[in-house]
Amino acid sequence: MEKNKILILYVHPSAHKSQINSAMVANIEGLEDITVRHLYELYPDFHIDVKEEQELLLKHDIIVFHHPFYWYSAPALLKEWIDLVFEHGFAFGKNGNALKGKKLMTATSTGGTRDAYREKGHNRFTMSQFLANFEQTALICKMDYLPPFVTHGSLLIKEEQIKKAADDYKKVLVSLREKLFNDEEIMKFEYINDLLH
Amino acid sequence: MHEQGFFYQALVYLAAAVISVPIAKRLGLGSVLGYLLAGVIIGPFVIGLIGEEGEDLMHFAEFGVVMMLFLIGLELRPSLLWKMRRSIFGLGGLQMIISTLVIGLISLLFKQSISEAVAIGLILSLSSTAIILQTLAERGQMKTTAGQSAFSVLLFQDIAVIPILALLPLLAMHQGFPADGEHTEQVNMIAGLEISGWVQVALILIVISAIGFIGRFLARYIFRIIAKTGLREIFTATALLIVIAIAVAMEKVGLSPALGAFLGGVVLADNEYRHELEANIEPFKGLLLGLFFLAVGASIDFNLLLERPGLVFAGLGILIAVKFIILMGLGRTFGLKGGQATLFSFALAQGGEFAFVLISFSLQNSVLTPEISGILLIIVALSMALTPLLLLINEKFVQPAVEKSTNEKSADEIELSGNPVIIAGFGRFGITIGRLIIANGFKATILDDNPDHIQVLRKFGIKVYYGDASRPDLLHAAGCADAKVLVIAVDDKDKALQILDHVTREYPHLKVIGRAVSKPHAYEYLKRGIEDYDNDVLGSSLDSGVRVLNSLGFSRYQAHRAAKVFKHHERLFEKELFQHHGDDEKKYVSEARRLSDELEELLKEELEQSIHDWDNAWDNTSRVEELRMNLEEKGENDK
Repeated sequence: MEKNKILILYVHPSAHKSQINSAMVANIEGLEDITVRHLYELYPDFHIDVKEEQELLLKHDIIVFHHPFYWYSAPALLKEWIDLVFEHGFAFGKNGNALKGKKLMTATSTGGTRDAYREKGHNRFTMSQFLANFEQTALICKMDYLPPFVTHGSLLIKEEQIKKAADDYKKVLVSLREKLFNDEEIMKFEYINDLLH
Repeated sequence: MHEQGFFYQALVYLAAAVISVPIAKRLGLGSVLGYLLAGVIIGPFVIGLIGEEGEDLMHFAEFGVVMMLFLIGLELRPSLLWKMRRSIFGLGGLQMIISTLVIGLISLLFKQSISEAVAIGLILSLSSTAIILQTLAERGQMKTTAGQSAFSVLLFQDIAVIPILALLPLLAMHQGFPADGEHTEQVNMIAGLEISGWVQVALILIVISAIGFIGRFLARYIFRIIAKTGLREIFTATALLIVIAIAVAMEKVGLSPALGAFLGGVVLADNEYRHELEANIEPFKGLLLGLFFLAVGASIDFNLLLERPGLVFAGLGILIAVKFIILMGLGRTFGLKGGQATLFSFALAQGGEFAFVLISFSLQNSVLTPEISGILLIIVALSMALTPLLLLINEKFVQPAVEKSTNEKSADEIELSGNPVIIAGFGRFGITIGRLIIANGFKATILDDNPDHIQVLRKFGIKVYYGDASRPDLLHAAGCADAKVLVIAVDDKDKALQILDHVTREYPHLKVIGRAVSKPHAYEYLKRGIEDYDNDVLGSSLDSGVRVLNSLGFSRYQAHRAAKVFKHHERLFEKELFQHHGDDEKKYVSEARRLSDELEELLKEELEQSIHDWDNAWDNTSRVEELRMNLEEKGENDK
């Protein structure tokens, strides 16, 4: 059976200060069939090479937006990337079928705890509510939006939790690559990493 | 045969060095051992190309040690020296005291008198600055903690030589040898005058303050005048003059010239002309030290060795073993770990070149008998010759074994002066790069060859070192071996390429950022596989271009994006154009002309196209069309 090819778009403007995301990325870099692209390293001046990005999308089956959760969304460069790369006629529209059938997933980390992301919590909305625009973007582009990989409480995170997040991330990605998850089963979970426990 | 004059001697020494050193290096023995062995071979006891004049030669060549200490001083800022005070006086002091006592006690066992025992202890407690520093530097071990500790000990020994010289004649008196009147003469003979102790102390203070004052305040003005002559040999002469003047002044007041040169170096360590000085003195130092090692090799008295092999070898073994054990103990006490402690101990476990001076001095003062002097001389010479070998054994076998058993790494390096960035050329282009780097907390070594420039920048608190960066020796002195990044910011095309070629060959680890002053110049970078270069006016021209577009009605963001697209394509075309260039120079030139016309055309087209290209995503035309079609379909269905 053909494996899934995974494209990780890692979008972190201050990756050198990040503990958890650096550990997660370091843990999966170099794995077979997983391509990691540091967008802020590639496009420090926001001058995105649209053609190259589109070609890469064509070559992969699963796209991961990996970023810290800034103001309930992604850092600016990812928005710019989506604006430019998901072109009409490529990603959406009558003739825009390039992404059809691919899967999109968000991998993110928040400072707040999981309890803060509940209707009665501090942030008043759940993660899936906040991520609704990515979900709808995937839908318009004829992609499936997977449950997100979320790490909460990154501000006061401990060494062993970092290690655990990095290991879980690797497990999830390898399972996706090897098609080990049941597609219907996955969708029942709020976060894809809940599946491991 | 030996009296055939200067050229004959030079021929012998140079040939010996040129033949033996490469062979020794090839065999992994290091240059010091190569010189020593060559000295033994050309010496009076093997083929006899040189005879007794070897001893005079040694005194002359000892000046290499003075130069070496001057160079070491140049790399040590006063603040760093201050940080080393504990290891200089603590470690160095204890090493001398304990070694003197133990070696003295052992001498008593060999039925020497007390004063002889004290003299032998003092003489043999010293180690060889020349051999140790040269060998450690060659093996890249100077910056290890062991290298630094060894250096501290050697520095203390240099200081200690002066009181020892004063003490030795007193020992003779104590012994009851006829030395009436002679001893006062000896003490002050160094100054060549009959003077009292207080006057001498005053003289010493005056000379040292003069070195400090001249080095700190006057030197940069003198160097500036010299540099402005544009004559390299005059600068070389000035550099040599400084070292020799310090040595002479120190000798006049009865201090060690090496110590004085070291202080002179430290005082000049902050000077803008430091790298130029270093580059000028370096070859003299190297040659003189080589000559010194040759002379040591030639001085080994094999007749005596054959006469009394037992005594010589016993003495040699005891000397190295005793010093090694003491050094190990002290090294451990002062926090040296594992392999660093063994490196430190093997490095210092020998007699030194000061021993030669002190032995002959003791002989003159009748502290030691000729027989004992002879034996001491050969023990010291042999122990010096053995040092590079012992260090080799340490590195290959002992250190790995120790590190394996204790699991202690020895790679903790101390930064002497190595800045991570070197900027060659500090004109309009280099200055902005430098300010950006410095503003972000990095240290840069900056080189420029315009003395006026240096003077002006100094007023603004920017330290620029004088020198032509296209010279390999200067690049070396500036620290290319330790730096991470070199910025070639000179405006002279040929010099830029000269620097580039040299550093890519000699320092493959160094990341080079280049300045291209023209298109053909840029191709030269590409030809060498360097893509990290920037056209020196492209950035600012584009900035102005953005202003023009903005004035013509583009929104600021639109103009900004247009410039980015332009820059991106400019680089792509440059690379593409470069692909076309063949090896034949004539063909290349005509091809370059043809392509530069073509490039213009292509750029025009590409730019027109790409202006539309880049805002495709924000362009709604296709969506509007699709929506209309959908509505029309719907309308038709509705009918």
